[in-house]
Amino acid sequence: MNINLTLIGQIITFGVFVWFCMKFVWPHLLTAMQEREKKIADGLDAANRAARDLELAQKEAADQLRAAKEKAAEIIEQANKRANQIVDEAKESARSEGQRIVAAAQAEVEQEANRAKEALRKQVSELAVAGAAKILGKSVDATAHNELLDKLAEEL
Amino acid sequence: MAGNSQEYISHHLTNLTFGKLPAGYVRHNEDGSTTELTESTWTMAHGGDEAAAMGFNAVHVDSLGWSFGLGALIMFLFWRMAKKAHTGVPSGMLNFVEMIVEFIDNTVKEAFHGRSALVAPLSLTIFTWVFMMNFMDLIPVDVLPALFGAMGVGYMKVVPSTDVNVTLGMAIFVFALMIFYSIKIKGIGGFVGELTLHPFNSKNPVVQAIFIPVNFFLESVALIAKPISLGLRLFGNMYAGEMIFILIALMFSAGIALGLMAGVLQWAWAVFHILVITLQAFIFMMLTIVYLSMAHEDH
Repeated sequence: MNINLTLIGQIITFGVFVWFCMKFVWPHLLTAMQEREKKIADGLDAANRAARDLELAQKEAADQLRAAKEKAAEIIEQANKRANQIVDEAKESARSEGQRIVAAAQAEVEQEANRAKEALRKQVSELAVAGAAKILGKSVDATAHNELLDKLAEEL
Repeated sequence: MAGNSQEYISHHLTNLTFGKLPAGYVRHNEDGSTTELTESTWTMAHGGDEAAAMGFNAVHVDSLGWSFGLGALIMFLFWRMAKKAHTGVPSGMLNFVEMIVEFIDNTVKEAFHGRSALVAPLSLTIFTWVFMMNFMDLIPVDVLPALFGAMGVGYMKVVPSTDVNVTLGMAIFVFALMIFYSIKIKGIGGFVGELTLHPFNSKNPVVQAIFIPVNFFLESVALIAKPISLGLRLFGNMYAGEMIFILIALMFSAGIALGLMAGVLQWAWAVFHILVITLQAFIFMMLTIVYLSMAHEDH
């Protein structure tokens, strides 16, 4: 328990160590640690940003994919509609064409029949005239009996 | 046995002292003869009596040597790590050192509210150095003295913090810093005002004049008590711990049963002491921070 020069020696030693620590130890260590802390914080920030970007990109990709799908569905639907329309139109035109052809054919048939009737009528009147001439023994003046002949032909 | 025990204990508590013996001192030689010194001499003390006779003109070579050696060791370690410090991934020793630095940095930030480039490194020095000095307590008490005894060194007290000179020396350094920063931050007037105008003050100048010496007395006592308690707390704790280790070590020579018990006790006390040495180092550091923080506070 003697107080002696050791006290002074210890004070000086303490001072030297504190000075040394303040000059050569503390600033280096703390600077390095703070810089590392900043680096880590930046890294984490970047990672967060990247994660957010990725999320955004994925969202956008999903959106685009959905839009594309919708578009494709729309196009297919339109195409189907168009196809149906074309088929319908084709059916319609085919039907009307058929009707037209049938109508034309019927008209022709009728015409032909009329023509045949006409021809027959004419032949009948000629036959009638020829018959009558044979019966009468002389030729029948066609012009004189024209009126009669026409009447006959009409009655047939 | 009683005489032996006393010798053993006092031998363990005597520092290796180098100092100036006064003229007329009678030295007792080992062969029983005596020599009277004709003039004052600087010499190694042969025992506690001579060390006591040297008075203030003496140096505890062991305390200073160990304290300087341990401080240099820990400072060298930290300095090497500081040179190696980088911003990449730290590893090994650097990790450990940075853990301590961060712990101290946080403690200082919490307790010290001023701005100072000194307080944090000061705290680091105190914590690591005091810890190292206290740590010597965990080395079995006889190992190093026996080793040095074999080399012809009679006395060797290996725990510097059981030397009141060492602990008070550090406390006085802290005290000097307190005074320095008090005056630097508050000015001489502010510092003197702090000593004389608290805790009693009055608007009446006559009453105030009476209060001033009372305040000065109270505040001076409070101020002086800080370094004294700071130094003596560490000293007391470490001295008591060392003492108990010595007493336990005494039991080793008292038969097998007591020896075994001493082994258990030694182990238990050492485990407990791990806590004590760390805590004392922390307390010394913490109080230094608080005192310096008070010195920086401007009212």
